[in-house]
Amino acid sequence: MGFLNNLINGISLGSIYAVIALGYTLVYGIAKMLNFAHGDIIMVGGYVIFYSMTSFQINPYISVLLAVIACTVLGIVIEKIAYKPLRQATSLSVLITAIGVSYFLQNSALLLFGEKPVNFTSVVNIPSISLFDGQIVITGETIVAIIISILIVVGLSLFIKKTKSGRAMLAVSEDKDAAQLMGININRTISLTFAIGAGLAAIAGALLCSAYPTLQNTTGAMPGIKAFVAAVFGGIGSVPGAMIGGILIGVIEILGRAYISPQLSDAIVFAVLILVLIVKPTGLLGKKIREKV
Amino acid sequence: MSNKATLAKAKMLKPQTKQSFTTYIMVIAAFVIMMVLSSTGNVSSQIEGLLVPLCVYSILAVSLNLTVGILGELSLGQAGFMCVGAYASALFSIATNESITVAWIRFPLAILVGGICAAVFGILIGIPVLRLRGDYLAIVTLAFGEIIKNVFAALYVGIDSNGLHIALNQADMNLAEDGTEIIRGALGVKGVPQDSTFVIGFVLLMITLIISYNFINSRTGRAVKAIRDNAIAAESVGLNITKYKLITFALTAFLAGLAGALYSHNYATLQAAKFDYNMSILILVFVVLGGIGNIRGSVIAAIVLTLLPEVLRSINNYRMLIYSIVLIVMMICTSNEKARNLIISVFNWLKDQIIKLKNMIIKPKTKEVK
Repeated sequence: MGFLNNLINGISLGSIYAVIALGYTLVYGIAKMLNFAHGDIIMVGGYVIFYSMTSFQINPYISVLLAVIACTVLGIVIEKIAYKPLRQATSLSVLITAIGVSYFLQNSALLLFGEKPVNFTSVVNIPSISLFDGQIVITGETIVAIIISILIVVGLSLFIKKTKSGRAMLAVSEDKDAAQLMGININRTISLTFAIGAGLAAIAGALLCSAYPTLQNTTGAMPGIKAFVAAVFGGIGSVPGAMIGGILIGVIEILGRAYISPQLSDAIVFAVLILVLIVKPTGLLGKKIREKV
Repeated sequence: MSNKATLAKAKMLKPQTKQSFTTYIMVIAAFVIMMVLSSTGNVSSQIEGLLVPLCVYSILAVSLNLTVGILGELSLGQAGFMCVGAYASALFSIATNESITVAWIRFPLAILVGGICAAVFGILIGIPVLRLRGDYLAIVTLAFGEIIKNVFAALYVGIDSNGLHIALNQADMNLAEDGTEIIRGALGVKGVPQDSTFVIGFVLLMITLIISYNFINSRTGRAVKAIRDNAIAAESVGLNITKYKLITFALTAFLAGLAGALYSHNYATLQAAKFDYNMSILILVFVVLGGIGNIRGSVIAAIVLTLLPEVLRSINNYRMLIYSIVLIVMMICTSNEKARNLIISVFNWLKDQIIKLKNMIIKPKTKEVK
């Protein structure tokens, strides 16, 4: 029963990772950059929800909506100010800039909200389910996290396949120059990608802080990096891959914490990343990209 | 006559040699000034305490610059190599504390042990990692840094009459009565001999600089730069990419290990939590601000950015915020065509103004002469 409980916890955490990983995978697929600041947008979303719920007494669901709007705007602003001037730059410069943005968000939050962690009240008010005389408990947060992540994956897949903007995103990720020749506005498409990614980060922030109710300026950093591991595991650029990778990483982390060593759970997740990159660098569902000379 | 001869000789020096000698002279001058100031008692205890960390950070910045600037790959695991060097040298010092009582023999050996252990880790990590490129390489070095930190934070090592005991928690160690714990998990290592001095730090920094400059200007260094500029072209003229990448990576790790040894012997206690991702980023900030690929710049940036927050206490809270802005602005200014042109035009305008100002001041004098 203990194993089943751990498995459920792992899937719950993994669903949250999946939502974060979707943002990574979209941005990486289209802008070809590792958006280090993605994890910190989660933290910003968390603070928006926290303050709108405590200081302004706004309904939790509307708070989440506010956070999504705030983070979407933030995502677009970051893209316009920091990343757009570097479209033609080397990946080294872009990566350093992304690290700078991540640090900027973390330290602004530190100055604005203080370093003391705040207690986050869960936005979910669904009662938990007990099975087998209370031996297995599934919390409301777990149910919501799993359902929402499935909805997002299905919705996003449909968006990319069926809508014009979604197909434009697909085209840009395949070949930027050819897409431009076909009349696709590349800048708009990249902005849209960042907006969707940041909006998803806000939802992930709500789920993460509801499941693990402490919030401080570094809350998003570690889950962000682990979600990137998940995105690589599933195959970067693939939407279902992010979901599968996210859930696997979540399960590996929780099982590692329970059965190997609580201090080493992070190390185990990173070891998985290294193994994946050595054995199958394209991930589970990723496509192989051939290098042209 | 002799003056002219030396002048002619100076002109004959290669530009690389000139560059490296300027840096050596600069560092030596800074060292002499600090020594004179501290012997006359003009240095506050606060600055005195910063002298060894200044050397540590300078060495780290120079060594990271070899990977970032010369090899052109971003490594976010610098703190991990430093951690290996720090722990290895601290263990060596504690283990040999009784057998080698003379500090000036023990400490250089400890530093060497730290450097070699870090270099071995660098090679072990480098073999799988260097097959990757760009973003993947950066994230994997970050992952390795975190793994090293986490493993050291979870590690318990003790010694007793039965030999060495290694475990993942305190109870599993099964130490005998006479045993002593050396590494105590997250609490780290206690009782490291405080052998680090400013003089040793300075010597290590000079060694680092000499190694780095000679490496850059050597045949190997030129090969590494060729790989950075165009890997496919370099491979097609027969350069073994993996070999040269591995050499650079191992050298970076070795120098970071030296810095780690210096760092660990500066404080009595050593904790793995210190060597986190933030430390790696801090070093990266030094490299970026000093100029990617510019060794002298790394030293200057490391010194200025370590001293500045201590001297100006009021900006200490905003330190990291300023660093992050520095990273973003530096990258946009150096990589974006428009931003670069803007800066160049601003500089030209300033130059014109200065020349105008100069003319305004100098002109009356020339009139007097006439």
